[in-house]
Amino acid sequence: MLIRRAPRFRSSEITPERLYLDRRAFMAGAGALLLGAGTTEAQSATPPAQPLKAARNDPFSVKEPPTKFESATTYNNFYEFGVNKEDPARLAGTLKPRPWTVKVDGLVAKPKTFDVDELLRAFPLEERVYSLRCVEAWSMIIPWIGFPLGALLKRVEPTGQAKYVAFTTLMDPEQFPAQKKGFFNLGGLDWPYTEGLRLDEAMHPLTLLTVGMYGQVLPNQNGAPIRVVIPWKYGFKSAKSIVRISLTADQPKTAWNTAASSEYGFYSNVNPEVSHPRWSQATERRIGEFRRRNTLMFNGYGDQVASLYAGMDLKKFY
Amino acid sequence: MIVLSRRGRIALKVGVWIVALAPLAMLGWRAWNDDLTANPISFITNTLGDWTFRLLLASLALTPLRIETGMAWQMPLRRLLGLFAFSYAAMHFSVWIVLDHFFNWSQMGADIVKRPYITVGMLALTSLLPLAATSTTGMIRRLGARTWKRLHRLVYFTAVCAALHFLWLAKVGRTDQYVYAAIVVLVLGVRLWDAVRRAVRRRREGALRPASSTSSSSV
Repeated sequence: MLIRRAPRFRSSEITPERLYLDRRAFMAGAGALLLGAGTTEAQSATPPAQPLKAARNDPFSVKEPPTKFESATTYNNFYEFGVNKEDPARLAGTLKPRPWTVKVDGLVAKPKTFDVDELLRAFPLEERVYSLRCVEAWSMIIPWIGFPLGALLKRVEPTGQAKYVAFTTLMDPEQFPAQKKGFFNLGGLDWPYTEGLRLDEAMHPLTLLTVGMYGQVLPNQNGAPIRVVIPWKYGFKSAKSIVRISLTADQPKTAWNTAASSEYGFYSNVNPEVSHPRWSQATERRIGEFRRRNTLMFNGYGDQVASLYAGMDLKKFY
Repeated sequence: MIVLSRRGRIALKVGVWIVALAPLAMLGWRAWNDDLTANPISFITNTLGDWTFRLLLASLALTPLRIETGMAWQMPLRRLLGLFAFSYAAMHFSVWIVLDHFFNWSQMGADIVKRPYITVGMLALTSLLPLAATSTTGMIRRLGARTWKRLHRLVYFTAVCAALHFLWLAKVGRTDQYVYAAIVVLVLGVRLWDAVRRAVRRRREGALRPASSTSSSSV
């Protein structure tokens, strides 16, 4: 079948009105990267930024200044590239975000495999500035670009039995070097990475299928070409580089819960009252700030999402 | 066997000073260049913690080296390495208090009690205090070599606490904590094995003594 690729943006829209990024700092960083990496690693270098524009959805945006773009793209947890925060930025050149398809299946009336560009055309993109709280007690403010996951789910028509949504990240050791079985495979994650939500959480208007950030196409190290962002949950719930979204009747297995269930629950809502067994979640360090801040219940999204958990013991369902 | 001249000993100590101060120089250089990652406090804490453990292991590796090879030239470095390990531990701890928690005593207190990895970290640091305090030649003389030696075996406890500290804080998927723990087992294991070997030999010699006319000197 011939897929017509109509130009998605007018040329006047291509230059972002506002650059979040200090261009000079970025160029200096890129230069240092090239000098350090040498020519042999040129293929691993992050591909050049591609602009992506979307109007900001103000009611769905926090009013705080975004984290520096450089921090948001060099301080990442993306275990498919390695366990260190600097690994994804260094190694993500192996990921090929095009062509890419996302299979939406399971308990739905109209299962379908979407090309990611088809999704970009089918759903209007918007920018939302969300707070991202990592389970490791640090946080960032990130302007994401995407569309509500609920819009896609409605399109495939979940059946009455569907109660949960399972996400699967790409499994390909050629593109994700850390998926290769190591000599010592001591207690790593089971690949592919899996995550999941209750259907009502997935349908919540805050849950964003994300294809860009900072006015650009999503960089590889941030989960290109398509990831989910659930701002009231710890960051690891927001699965990256998604290839499959499946509706299920039973609670799906999730990667971190399988690896260490006492540390990472299925819900993993941001909750200052429920400690991680090894550290308190009462405070967090906002990247770029010196003093710790108090962590807010549901990462500050309590007004919108607390009702989803009415009557639930959140110490038990952590 | 290598026997070092006075000059050689000094050169060796200068070398230890350079190696032990290099991580601080690296941190200073990276701070100057605004290159301490997106989370500088965490980076500084982890770097200081890593070097505390490395210097501690280096100081604990000298005796096994003597046991296994008979070489003794490295033994004068033990105290220097131990003191550097203590210095890094103190900096690691200070960064935690000042930069990480900014004197939030109630939260730090709660963490020390509730988080096992912090509890053992505090134990490791505390156990180094009497060793650092008695590190001078004068203190060795005052305590007497036997008592001093016995006291300084506390560092074995420090090493075990340091290994647990790292094992318990490391998240799933990391592996370097196992390497450090294995080295602790190795450097303490060689000592234990040697102590057992000597005890067996002593007993055997004790049993043989009535028959033998000359007593052999054991070192």
